[in-house]
Amino acid sequence: MSQLLESFLGACPGAVSQGILWGIMALGVAVTYRILDYADLTVDSSLCTGAAVNAVLLLAGVHPIAALAAATVVGMAAGLLTGLLHTQLGIPAILSGILSQLALYSINMRILGRSNLPLLKVETLLTLRSPATAIIVGGIFALAMVAFLTWFFTTERGYAIRATGSNGGMARAQGINTASTTVLALMISNGLVGLAGGLLSQYQGYADVNMGRGAIVIGLASVILGEAIPFLRSRFSLRLIASVVGGVIYYLVITLVLQAGLDTNDLKLFSAAVVALALGIPNLRQKAAAKRLAKSALRVGQDGQRKETV
Amino acid sequence: MLKIKGLKKTFYPGTVHEKKAIKGVELTFADGDFVTVIGGNGAGKSTVLNLIAGVFPADCGSIELDGVELTTMPEYRRASMLGRVFQDPMRGTAADMTIEENLALACRRGKHRGLRRGVTRAERQLFMERLAALDLGLEDRLTTKVGLLSGGQRQALTLLMATMQRPHLLLLDEHTAALDPRTAERVLALSRQIVEEEGLTAMMVTHNMRDAIATGNRLIMMHEGRVVLDISGEEKKRLTVEGLLARFARVSGETFDDDKALLA
Ligand SMILES: Nc1ncnc2c1ncn2[C@@H]1O[C@H](COP(=O)(O)OP(=O)(O)OP(=O)(O)O)[C@@H](O)[C@H]1O
Ligand SMILES: [Mg+2]
Repeated sequence: MSQLLESFLGACPGAVSQGILWGIMALGVAVTYRILDYADLTVDSSLCTGAAVNAVLLLAGVHPIAALAAATVVGMAAGLLTGLLHTQLGIPAILSGILSQLALYSINMRILGRSNLPLLKVETLLTLRSPATAIIVGGIFALAMVAFLTWFFTTERGYAIRATGSNGGMARAQGINTASTTVLALMISNGLVGLAGGLLSQYQGYADVNMGRGAIVIGLASVILGEAIPFLRSRFSLRLIASVVGGVIYYLVITLVLQAGLDTNDLKLFSAAVVALALGIPNLRQKAAAKRLAKSALRVGQDGQRKETV
Repeated sequence: MLKIKGLKKTFYPGTVHEKKAIKGVELTFADGDFVTVIGGNGAGKSTVLNLIAGVFPADCGSIELDGVELTTMPEYRRASMLGRVFQDPMRGTAADMTIEENLALACRRGKHRGLRRGVTRAERQLFMERLAALDLGLEDRLTTKVGLLSGGQRQALTLLMATMQRPHLLLLDEHTAALDPRTAERVLALSRQIVEEEGLTAMMVTHNMRDAIATGNRLIMMHEGRVVLDISGEEKKRLTVEGLLARFARVSGETFDDDKALLA
């Protein structure tokens, strides 16, 4: 037991740094899933697109910050593709994301040239060999993105996106072009995901064509875990920070279960189960409450008098 | 001035579900006309309002408002000229946004939405004044989420949003039908007050014949996708519910089998 604790504590800094980087990805998921009310599956591939572009540029001698900027831009392009499929061709939200995800797989392979591209002998902003630096660099990027989103969503444009997510019909009645707000939100979201992909590839020291598989689940898990933190709810900016913290919690939990003996191959099953539970529990609670109500109503009917249930 | 010519709309054309909802509507409203619209369920009242607002396109005909051709304009662009309040109080506001955010959205209807602040301090002041005039206690609740308001409060807010920027035409579709009688009375009175004070051109669908008769300067009745009665001026002032039912029977060739649908 103490051995487990010790090795867990040893792995903590790595888990925290990785969690922060995935937390930036989770910010992107929060924009679509929570603000736009759109389950966007593009992220599973746009993460890798960001990583791939970042890796190729670094190997070509481009500065790491410029490479990250490029990763963000290609992520936005991925979001644009999904947005156009949905708003211009009228393809349902989920399917638009799946189509871009699939198309991007080929594009990612083209960019990388092979399935795994190591970043040997190139300068990066952060690396897993130095978790402390990674935490600081990742933290700065995460806070900068939280600050950007907090500002953006108080602008007129940001309000228009929030209205689109909250009530599309109302948004149109107030003169908002909901097609263009949807596209813009998807671009911002995938831009964040592309940035996270770039940071992750610098951190890991490679870009891999499979690195985004299941990203949507990790993003959702982070968002949902973040929402469970009681004191990070009162303000918009705190709710965004909660998503990043959710990413950290997620990676701490993953590290713990791996060290407790979970097979790496079972990890995706575990993650899916956690997210399914987190999404399902509120609904199960509602059902249980409805059942209790029905029972107590029945009891009232039988006795002709209401009895308090304990 | 609103000019509607030869307006037609069929839903699901060429299928077994084909429904000729609007079979040729001609309407001209003068500036400042306050028109109440009555008719049984499925008569096509909401469809006419939705065609004006551009929720779906017309099959043929034209809609012109104050010299602007609306017929093929997308819904969000027509919105700059229209104010709308719906039957369902949930439809007119964004539940996840606050009162001031909703009002600020309405203030920017038809304007470019850029990177300036979504709501300004000056606007907050204005919102407080306008909300205070509603007398619903909403003026101290600017940062309350609209989802927490009652149906009546939401309808009053939607009405304020619809008229925050003077609309060329105000469309009210049974906007008091989902409210309890007292709140409905309140919201209707408020609608009358705003339309009169601002001299708006407005169209109000209602199932309440008494309200339809007592409100506005003109009354039209729809039946099976057509306008079958159009009464205004002195004649409207003398209208009674019984008289209206009798006239309906004459023009439609049938009696009201379901008076309740109209009298509700
Ligand atoms: N979006 C739509 N899709 C398909 N059919 C529709 C649609 N909107 C209206 N209809 C049909 O068109 C006909 C006219 O409906 P409409 O909603 O205009 O009636 P209404 O006069 O507003 O009735 P009510 O008093 O019940 O609101 C109905 O048969 C309705 O089923
Ligand atoms: Mg209707």
